[in-house]
Amino acid sequence: MSAEKTENLSWIDKRFPLTETWKAHFSDYYAPKNLNFWSFFGSLAILTLVIQIVSGIWLAMSYKPSAAEAFASVEYIMRDVEWGWLIRYIHSTGASAFFIVIYLHMFRALLWGSYRKPRELLWIIGVVIYLAMMATAFFGYLLPWGQMSFWGAQVIVNLFAAVPVIGDDLAVWVRGDYVISDTTLNRFFAFHFLLPFVLAALVFLHIVALHHVGSNNPDGIEIKAGPKGNRWSDTAPADGIPFHPYFTVKDLVGMVVFLALFSVVVFYAPTLGGLFIEAPNFQPANPFQTPEHIAPVWYFTPYYAMLRAVPPMYGSQFPGVVVMFLAILILFALPWLDRSKVKSMRYKGVFSKFMLGMFAVTFVVLAWLGLQPSTPLYTLMAQIFTALYFAFFLLMPIYTSIEKTKPVPERVTS
Amino acid sequence: MRNTLVIATLALLLPAVGFAAGGHVKLEKAKVDLTDQASLQRGAKYYVNYCMACHSLGHLRYSRMADDLGIDDQSLRENLLFGDAQPTDMMTNSMRPSDGEAWFGTAVPDLTLVTRWRSPDWVYTYLKSYYVDPSRPYGVNNVIFPLVGMPHVLGDLQGVQEPIMHTPKGGGEPSVTGVTLTQAGVLTPNEYDSMVRDITAFLTYAGEPSALERRRMGIYVLLFLGLLFILTYALKKEYWKDVH
Repeated sequence: MSAEKTENLSWIDKRFPLTETWKAHFSDYYAPKNLNFWSFFGSLAILTLVIQIVSGIWLAMSYKPSAAEAFASVEYIMRDVEWGWLIRYIHSTGASAFFIVIYLHMFRALLWGSYRKPRELLWIIGVVIYLAMMATAFFGYLLPWGQMSFWGAQVIVNLFAAVPVIGDDLAVWVRGDYVISDTTLNRFFAFHFLLPFVLAALVFLHIVALHHVGSNNPDGIEIKAGPKGNRWSDTAPADGIPFHPYFTVKDLVGMVVFLALFSVVVFYAPTLGGLFIEAPNFQPANPFQTPEHIAPVWYFTPYYAMLRAVPPMYGSQFPGVVVMFLAILILFALPWLDRSKVKSMRYKGVFSKFMLGMFAVTFVVLAWLGLQPSTPLYTLMAQIFTALYFAFFLLMPIYTSIEKTKPVPERVTS
Repeated sequence: MRNTLVIATLALLLPAVGFAAGGHVKLEKAKVDLTDQASLQRGAKYYVNYCMACHSLGHLRYSRMADDLGIDDQSLRENLLFGDAQPTDMMTNSMRPSDGEAWFGTAVPDLTLVTRWRSPDWVYTYLKSYYVDPSRPYGVNNVIFPLVGMPHVLGDLQGVQEPIMHTPKGGGEPSVTGVTLTQAGVLTPNEYDSMVRDITAFLTYAGEPSALERRRMGIYVLLFLGLLFILTYALKKEYWKDVH
């Protein structure tokens, strides 16, 4: 029996590198043994992507991407489709959960210096994933065809209209119409269905890059550069342990905890007080009735706050749009902005620690401001925090090179 | 002064958009209980008799409602179905948007999801906040929905309420901050409150018929995940005991 199995496997291996792939990425992939809580969010991001793709496909089986039927079809899913309410709440909660996980995953990269050489491309692919995620979320948010779907899309498409000279044509090109309409809904549905698979391909590239350079760790030490030889192999890094079974079983615990928190939201607070599903979205889209207060979903609000913080110039919102996009694009430059001798926050100086703390607070405050109606005080605050957001990046070459760092140990610490 | 400005601004905007806000008036707690089937059944009866001629429940099916609320087929047909409505129909009516515009100045909204885009507390407070205002077409206005187009359908039951006016210090336009009952209706205030609570409970049910099932199922899912956590945590401990 066992011999037969091996024979079958070798038949496959001669034609497809099954055993080789398993070894390269699981059983013989050596990850640092000191990975901590923060390293859960990579596998959780994959889990969330799978949850979104699976629940999304099931929603698409009953959803109607037409302006006349979309809103009612969502309610049909909530009421008449078996388990429809569960699938829908899983998908709506999953969207927010995906962003929470990704924001924590990115924060982890900032904490451990995971964007530094040799992981620049790994980081850049990650930022592209983040952009693709935002596009997917934006397209998806129009689909329920509620008031906030409609007016949120209206606000975001109008950002394109702010581009000088070609703006109006560009906005028409994006909408496929002069207003957000049935045509817009149809194409957004097409893109919302397509992009997650692009996302999956990008995640594949992200993992290829990760497994090529090796996983970073809380100490920011290259285990590959350290001494060799461990219990499993003479050539593997001494501080590495096989991803399988050690991290498969560890990530499993993380996934169960995540799913428990996820379930608390799905079953006991699916709208999360209007944060995960905004109350006005329970009214069908009405092009003739602007809601009193339009706010995007929480994961976009930091950028929305920045957009509103920049005053219009020459009657154009374009400067705000530029600032908003720069806030995201500046992430690409991060690997070259950090001039520190060390990677991890553990060994960086007090300036870096202070700036990262400030950056985290800034991001949360901007997210909160983006949810509020604008008042002079809030606009002023948004301007201050937008400046702080950029200061974190633009001053980085200075504060990372002048501060006193701590000595980095030879081997990982536990 | 600021309140006045807010109200004046709202008053200017509201007729144009037919949209109520009134965040400045405190909402009363509706305290609905979705497990109280008798309350939901009474709410359904009141809704069908007093509200549904104008306000459809276009996403709710009669049969689904009857199942969820424990109403048998015969009672459904005898008490809640009018005209040629069938149990499998959605709870719609024959109002056209143009009828609403002609009679009330605005299309009459479907209320299936009203407790979700406003809130149960809003609906409860709204139904209790009508007051006499001779300047309005139907002689009534509403504290939390200024310039409301709808007449006070439950007025005979509640009685007549006069507005409590508040003039801000230092002058300015007085605003309505509350109501007081000046002429008793068919129901006592307590009876009226409980009727309005039943209607609110029914609409809360209509907004999400699966809410009870959702909460019930959550317990089992969380228990399962709790058990799975114990097992996976033990598994992790077992594997990691030789990592130093």
